[in-house]
Amino acid sequence: MSKKYLPLVATIAVFLALFLVGGSMYRNFLSTLVLGNILADNAFIIIAAIGATFVILSGGIDLSIGSMIGFVGVCMAVLDRMGWHPLATAAVMICFGILYGALQGFIIDYCDIQPFIVTLAGLFLLRGLCFMVTLDSVPIRHDFVDLYASAKIPLPGRGVLRSSAIVMLAALALAIFIAHFTRFGNNVYAIGGDKESARLMGVNVRRTTIGIYAIGGFYSALAGVVYALYTSSGYPLAGSTLELSAIAAVVLGGTLLTGGVGMVAGTLFGGMILGLISTLIIFHGSLNSAWIMISSGVLLFAFIVLHRFLVSSFDLRGTS
Amino acid sequence: MPVWLKAIVQSRAVWPVLALVLILIVAGSVSPNFFEIRIVEGRLFGNLIDILYRAVPTALVALGMAVVIGTRGIDLSVGSIIAIVGAVIVWRIKMGDPHITILFSALAAGILCGMWNGFLVSALRIQPIIATLILMVAGRGIGMLINQLYGGTDPSFESALLQWMSTGSIWLIPTRLILAAGIFLALWLLIRRTALGLFIESVGGNAAASNLAGVKAGLIIFVAYVLSGLLSAWAGVIMTADTHTSDPVSVALYIELDAILAVVIGGGSLAGGRIYLGMTVIGALVIQALTTATLISGLPPEYNLIIKALVVLSVLFLQSANARKAIGSLVSRRAS
Repeated sequence: MSKKYLPLVATIAVFLALFLVGGSMYRNFLSTLVLGNILADNAFIIIAAIGATFVILSGGIDLSIGSMIGFVGVCMAVLDRMGWHPLATAAVMICFGILYGALQGFIIDYCDIQPFIVTLAGLFLLRGLCFMVTLDSVPIRHDFVDLYASAKIPLPGRGVLRSSAIVMLAALALAIFIAHFTRFGNNVYAIGGDKESARLMGVNVRRTTIGIYAIGGFYSALAGVVYALYTSSGYPLAGSTLELSAIAAVVLGGTLLTGGVGMVAGTLFGGMILGLISTLIIFHGSLNSAWIMISSGVLLFAFIVLHRFLVSSFDLRGTS
Repeated sequence: MPVWLKAIVQSRAVWPVLALVLILIVAGSVSPNFFEIRIVEGRLFGNLIDILYRAVPTALVALGMAVVIGTRGIDLSVGSIIAIVGAVIVWRIKMGDPHITILFSALAAGILCGMWNGFLVSALRIQPIIATLILMVAGRGIGMLINQLYGGTDPSFESALLQWMSTGSIWLIPTRLILAAGIFLALWLLIRRTALGLFIESVGGNAAASNLAGVKAGLIIFVAYVLSGLLSAWAGVIMTADTHTSDPVSVALYIELDAILAVVIGGGSLAGGRIYLGMTVIGALVIQALTTATLISGLPPEYNLIIKALVVLSVLFLQSANARKAIGSLVSRRAS
């Protein structure tokens, strides 16, 4: 087994271990019902995190994810009230997401400003636009939303795969294809490993950077669409600080924030681990969000230490 | 161009100060009474005082952030530290501690948080952005847990000491301005009149090289995070005194972003190696002046975020080499 799969294996092992812990503590926990619900409930975080994976693989960061989810949500809700079909709005919003991401990527490369600052401005801008669109929570009422909520594929056992989970898995498949089977994907890894070397090897850094943030925008807009359909409403504060959950999911999934090392598939399990923690705490019956936050932090800490250990003992980053 | 003019133009201070003056002029032209300062109940009042008054928490956090950024680090956990400090204050008040002890407990909580961050970054060598992300994610939860220590049903409180630090005044001047000036002076002396500032900048410039030169990089980085924790705790004390309550979920949301922004507007680079304390305060004032100007100009408060984003982007755009070159060639083509 290639050593680049080690972090992925570690992530999957932790996920399985947590799942078994849940199974030993609660009856009915080890079921496809719970698994299907975790997939559906966290679909939007995982979708956003998939986009963030590309950005982080390239050594950048995207803070505008949460605001994008909120903005897409309020636009879907307001346009729904004006009689648009949700699918049409979704298409428009995803195009907007791609363009917005591409613009961020262009500014980052052209002006040579840290991604942190540019996407931070992007965060403020989109959140401000949310408040301009509406200040209230707006419901989305459309036959399509009901259809979306009721559509499901039965799994063995009592579980079901809901529409959100299906969209998420399709998005994941697309991301794996882009990351591992295209030249663009190779370029992303190359830039994340060493930008200057990548440039010298003939990678078009500007075009790739724009592409990376466009993908980030695409996935966060898609996450916003899924979130809006899932909650069937738009709320201008929706998705606040969600970018951090997405980044946490990416880190838990085995991607290094320094760029160049990681796998898109790991992000799925990273997001599922976050979901599993809240499910465990909800099963416990306390519904204590304090403990959800703290255990996410503790787990993040454990993972980072594990990573440091893996990186230093197996030399994942090469001999640089 | 005379030498003094050239010196001013080339000074890194000119753009942020110019931005601040511009914002104030625009605000003054929109609202005629903008620059009026009057005395009410033995205290100065007016928009300018208000900007200073409201900028204090952000400025304190930003000063700590400037030191951390000087080491090529970043501290995302400042908002969570403020949440924890708030919860500690209310918890100790409910336990009946004397209020001066509570002030010290609150500062100790901030120092403890800073030590945790510093330990992760300097001893475990975790990237600052993730190391502080841990406390950022967990910190508000810790604050909520502390609130549960006394039941958590009624987090509001009364305290003469904190009240005095929030709305009180000494010789017409609000207490917190004097307090902030004192903290700034102490920090400035610590950074600029001891070798610490030099060490921090050298570690931020090149940690390996300064280690070889005999500077204990790990210790310096640790101290930087502790300073940031302490300054955030001061901001937390003032913000908790303002609201008379502890609300770990929503207190100081996004303050880390404002603080980083203040450092960047003040000319600090996230690449580390430089600390500009005075300019950071100017950066915090620019942000607050922008907010106040938006509010009094009658625009809905929702526009504030958008205006902030656009101002930041245009400042950064003007500072970037590529954009300057493009604008320069455009201008010279026009001229010829």
